[in-house]
Amino acid sequence: MSRRSTRTVRVRISAALVAATVLAVLLVPPLVQLDQQAVDLSSKLLSPSWSHPFGTDDLGRDLFLRCVYGLRVSLLVGAAAALTATVIGTAIGAIAGALGGRADRALMRLVDTFSSVPHLLLGIFIVAMFRPGVWPVIVSVALTHWLSTARIVRAEVLSLRARPYIDAAISGGASRWRVAVRHLLPAVLPQAALAAVLMVPHAMWHESALSFLGLGLPTHLASLGNLIQGARGSLLAGQWWPTLFPGLFIIVPTLAIAGLAGAWRERINPRRRSELML
Amino acid sequence: MARLAGRRLLFAAPILLVVTFGVFAIAAASPFDPVKAYAGTAALGADAETLERLRDNLGVDQPFTSRWWHWLTSAVTGDFGQSSVLRQPVAEVIGERLVWSSLLCAVAFLVAVLTGTVLGVLAGRRPGSLLDRVVTSAAYSLEAAPVFWLALLAVWLFALQLGVLPAGGLTDTASEQVTFRQVASHIVLPAGVLAVSQLPWFTLYVRQGVSDALAEDPVRGARARGLSESTVLLGHALRSGLLPVLTLVGSRVPELITGALLVESVFSWPGIAAATVEAATAVDFPLLAALTTLATAAVLLGNLLADLLYGLFDPRVKFSDM
Repeated sequence: MSRRSTRTVRVRISAALVAATVLAVLLVPPLVQLDQQAVDLSSKLLSPSWSHPFGTDDLGRDLFLRCVYGLRVSLLVGAAAALTATVIGTAIGAIAGALGGRADRALMRLVDTFSSVPHLLLGIFIVAMFRPGVWPVIVSVALTHWLSTARIVRAEVLSLRARPYIDAAISGGASRWRVAVRHLLPAVLPQAALAAVLMVPHAMWHESALSFLGLGLPTHLASLGNLIQGARGSLLAGQWWPTLFPGLFIIVPTLAIAGLAGAWRERINPRRRSELML
Repeated sequence: MARLAGRRLLFAAPILLVVTFGVFAIAAASPFDPVKAYAGTAALGADAETLERLRDNLGVDQPFTSRWWHWLTSAVTGDFGQSSVLRQPVAEVIGERLVWSSLLCAVAFLVAVLTGTVLGVLAGRRPGSLLDRVVTSAAYSLEAAPVFWLALLAVWLFALQLGVLPAGGLTDTASEQVTFRQVASHIVLPAGVLAVSQLPWFTLYVRQGVSDALAEDPVRGARARGLSESTVLLGHALRSGLLPVLTLVGSRVPELITGALLVESVFSWPGIAAATVEAATAVDFPLLAALTTLATAAVLLGNLLADLLYGLFDPRVKFSDM
């Protein structure tokens, strides 16, 4: 198989998995008339079988349903955090790149300062101070994830400012605002959108780590991290499935989104194809 | 080189200042009440006068900027305040735990770097080969896997199913003393999992470096001179391919700290990370503030290390230019 077609296959598989994830998250809750919270102690901790493909947890709840609902919570929180982070990052990156000079230096020092604190630790600190709730988690993830977007957008704006069409627009009498909205923003948006999509798995990962430490979402919102945290007792008793499946529900969407976003990046930056991105 | 180190340290000082200031500002903006946190459940039964006296003693009524300044001036002398959850000076808490965290991180990092180099060279030797595809896919999958999940599965497999390694802690519960044998057997799982979590990026970068270097002129020249394959691979390709990776080692400190935090909490390793989670759960502000500052200092130190390594291994870089 040639390199070209392997790449196409990979993109198709990724696209199918992303579509499956989105459909499962959107359609399973309304279509399946089963209560994910339904406790059935007579069927607790059943290993995976045909009637319960992922088995059941220590309260007899079906793990497949729990995982789908968990993915829904994690994806929503991840997407909200990624969106907030992208808006902050794009605004700061665009202001730094467009103004230049002292404002640029000050904002970039701010970015340096933020990136000197390990993200999870800063997240833990914010969550510990404002606990408990969904908003502290979203804010803490957003506040630690806007840095790369700010850097990318600033670099993009800097390179755009040197282009002839921007000069042409300015000498044609376009206002600052018009240059920013009509010429800079549309050119920056694809990069910002790509950064936002790539950030969703990161944000999900971050949220699940916080929830796993018992500092994230409240336990009644069963995110994937909460599921793994809740399964620790069963794991020590030898039941592996309540731990294994929620983790797979983090890994598979992450890989699928990375695969799709990789193809998208190649399309918008064809020259950077060989560069390694993690 | 000393001048570069000095200059970088000068840049690091304001960052540390801003971070500590930010920590105090966040705490001031939060609904968190230091008096209740300090008194714990005793605050429920205490009369208003006692709480008022405590409030006065802790200096809570002052604006956060002056509390920050007070904290900063005593922190310089090594006094980071009193941890309310552990009822022990913060400096003491950190002092006892830093050794174990450093040991864990050092072992894990060493294992990750050695294994990553071997796997990276094997995969980068023939890009597109079966081995390369297996290593690359495994690396990407591992990179996506949450480290705490890997740690839990490792506990299940090695401690519960196979019963070959202890599931957590520093020593057996029955043992009173910390012996080398005990620590050695208890560190295998946490260090192994932490190493596995750091392995993917290192392997992928070495692979990229080696496969790029194999296409360059010096390697072609070495092949033309008839040097053996291992000399070409290890003496030429690896040497130039490893350069960019070495500089990344220092900049991976935040990821190492994050990984250690999660691994320590799964394995009940008595390190700094376990204390962080405890401090966060109990909203122990003095301990959290000190730990955040310490982690930031570690990251800045890692960046400095990255710069120094770069200059040390690449003779083309002059320190005076940096």
